[in-house]
Amino acid sequence: MSIQADKPAKKIKVAKPSKEPSAGVKKMKDAFSSPWASFAAIVIAIFWTIPTFGLLVSSFRPELDINNSGWWTFFLSPNVTLENYESALFQGTAVTPPLSQYFFNSFAITLPAAIFPLTLAVFAAYALAWFDFKGKNFIFFGIFALQVIPLQMSLVPLLQLFAKGLVFGDSVLIPPLGITGTYIPIWIAHTIFALPLAIFLMHNFLRQIPRELIEAARVDGAGWFSLFRQVVFPLSIPAIASFAIFQFLWVWNDLLVGLTFGGGVKDIAPLTVRLAEMVGTRGSNWEVLTAGAFISMIVPLIVFFALQRYFVRGLLAGSVKG
Amino acid sequence: MRATLRRRSTIGVATLAVAALALSGCAATEEEATSDADCSAYADYLGNEGTEVEMYTTIVSPEADLFQESFLDFEECTGITINWNGSQEFEAQLPVRVAGGTAPDLAIFPQPGLLAAMVATGEMVPASSAVAASVDANYTPDWKNYGTVDGTFYAAPLGANVKSFVWYSPKTFADNGWAIPSTWSELLALSDTIAATDVQPWCVGFGSGEATGWVGTDWMEDLMLRFQDAATYDKWVSNEMKFNDPKVAEVLAEAGKILKNPDYVGDVAAIATTTFQDGGAGIVDGSCAMHRQASFIGGILAGDYGAEIVTPADTDVEGGITTFYFPGVSADNKPALGGGEFVGAFSDRPEVQAVQLYLTSADWNNKKASLGGWFSAHLGLDTANVADPVNAVAVEILQNATTFRFDASDLMPAAVGAGTFWKEMTAWVAEDKADKAVLDAIQAGWPAS
Repeated sequence: MSIQADKPAKKIKVAKPSKEPSAGVKKMKDAFSSPWASFAAIVIAIFWTIPTFGLLVSSFRPELDINNSGWWTFFLSPNVTLENYESALFQGTAVTPPLSQYFFNSFAITLPAAIFPLTLAVFAAYALAWFDFKGKNFIFFGIFALQVIPLQMSLVPLLQLFAKGLVFGDSVLIPPLGITGTYIPIWIAHTIFALPLAIFLMHNFLRQIPRELIEAARVDGAGWFSLFRQVVFPLSIPAIASFAIFQFLWVWNDLLVGLTFGGGVKDIAPLTVRLAEMVGTRGSNWEVLTAGAFISMIVPLIVFFALQRYFVRGLLAGSVKG
Repeated sequence: MRATLRRRSTIGVATLAVAALALSGCAATEEEATSDADCSAYADYLGNEGTEVEMYTTIVSPEADLFQESFLDFEECTGITINWNGSQEFEAQLPVRVAGGTAPDLAIFPQPGLLAAMVATGEMVPASSAVAASVDANYTPDWKNYGTVDGTFYAAPLGANVKSFVWYSPKTFADNGWAIPSTWSELLALSDTIAATDVQPWCVGFGSGEATGWVGTDWMEDLMLRFQDAATYDKWVSNEMKFNDPKVAEVLAEAGKILKNPDYVGDVAAIATTTFQDGGAGIVDGSCAMHRQASFIGGILAGDYGAEIVTPADTDVEGGITTFYFPGVSADNKPALGGGEFVGAFSDRPEVQAVQLYLTSADWNNKKASLGGWFSAHLGLDTANVADPVNAVAVEILQNATTFRFDASDLMPAAVGAGTFWKEMTAWVAEDKADKAVLDAIQAGWPAS
């Protein structure tokens, strides 16, 4: 591009009110809403959905059909049964309770494991975003940097902490906590792993609240807490909601943390742990697994469809500034 | 309008959540089994009322349910509750739990290699003298050796399986006038006879998810025991004899006579993508004649493919399957290849040792075997109590075997036994990789000690 061509473009930009989207954003917007892009999106969506669709069809087929032919042959000779769902949901034994039992466990794990980090993160982000104290940036950077630590690395040390406490030589820094086999280690682990990203996202969102608003409230005599309750919290509902969805889905779908910190105790194991064993010792029961997979998908689907407005808005919250 | 929408969706979520909770409530009624067993048989295990023992294992439902059933009388009489904790992630999770300080009381090791690794952590407890005495009396020395690490006996044998089986349909054989071969050369001759008909002689499937290839290693091991002696087999396992030794090459060449012969197995490359479960399906519908697989495949074929397990005399049952012994080089060469589980303890609490001891008793072994689908190498196991005909034959093989050897790939270092050995056997069929290249690659993957 020549310099001459550049100049008029700049002039136009300056002349236009700043509220208008810039040329780059507009270009991108056009590109994404062109018919070709829509077409590509639809094609990708179809390809992406085919395996799930096959799973759905399989879950309604009788066991012998599943083992003998592919799911697409279903349409030539439809043979529908709800048996798989019935045995997945209700047929339990002394050793393995039915899947429905695990719903409770998953909720008992997921709700606190979503609420704890969210609460802590909102308060921490509020302080980091609007309080003035020494080392603020350093702390924020430290929290941000914690994101690079892979979860898998901390599994064994955390387990040791919960089971054996923390002992250096002869001095006991933390006594054994005696909480293994309960939900508490799972909640704590999920909270720990969620906090860095949660604080980072909430901080960036809270920083966007106009300074004038905060200062006006201060001038009117609002303390830090009532400022949070009456101004900051209502404004940050979209970000809070979107992170709540993220965290809920992440914890609901999690297998590793639930399996490791649950100690394999089936009374507190989430749905995913049972799902992983559903095929049986020799992997021959997978007609039940097809149904089980769909049962476990129900809750994430409900959450997603119920709150998808927040989901899309929340994707952008905190990530793009200005 | 917006508010209405929001409220409606909230109600939807709430309704479903309530429904889910209600469902879990309904299903919570557990069946309380009662028994009127005579408790005098459990005198050795008394004095531990109100205790619990966690048993961590790879065995999950439906197989686990039969274990629980077999414990009912014991639990009632002794007051010890056995918490069966089955997880498919056992092999990954056990080291994590041990390192993290939440080791289970008892672990059922599906292979001795993991046992040795756990003993090395120092968290395991050697078997009590009562357990050792019981194992001495009830199992062959081969079995005790496999539960022993560095001269200390840790883990008592539990279940067993036998791999030296060829599955076939007695009806197909009888209809065609085929006879059961008793030597390796007769087996090849029979394969030629069958190949001349429109039935495919062999069905083979190596596929097993990330464990694809283990079926191939079983073929190698079975033939290794047949073409070489037991001492050579042990040297091969410990890599005292290299994996690319001419003796091993000879065995792989023999295996290739069947597995790489398109006249016998159809499309050789397709072996790698056929799952081991589907591999056996051909003998049920009659599209192929023979399938070499361990004893457990019978349950899968019966459960998922409509097969019926019969005795060799039942020649008129459509879909009936049974086994013959995978023949040796000569008719009197009858080694047995198999596997088994071993119960090791991470705690020396008396109730843990009582459970470990009880599992080596003739009483429990007979009780568990009579529930079906299971057998052990216990010498006191009466074949009349073994529920299905194939397993009864397997018990006889185990009790009479002069040579019993454990699945070699389970004994080799995991990098080989659960790694290169599987992968290279898969490449051997899938890519038609040459024998020498396969063996060299496995030897190259052997970890330096």
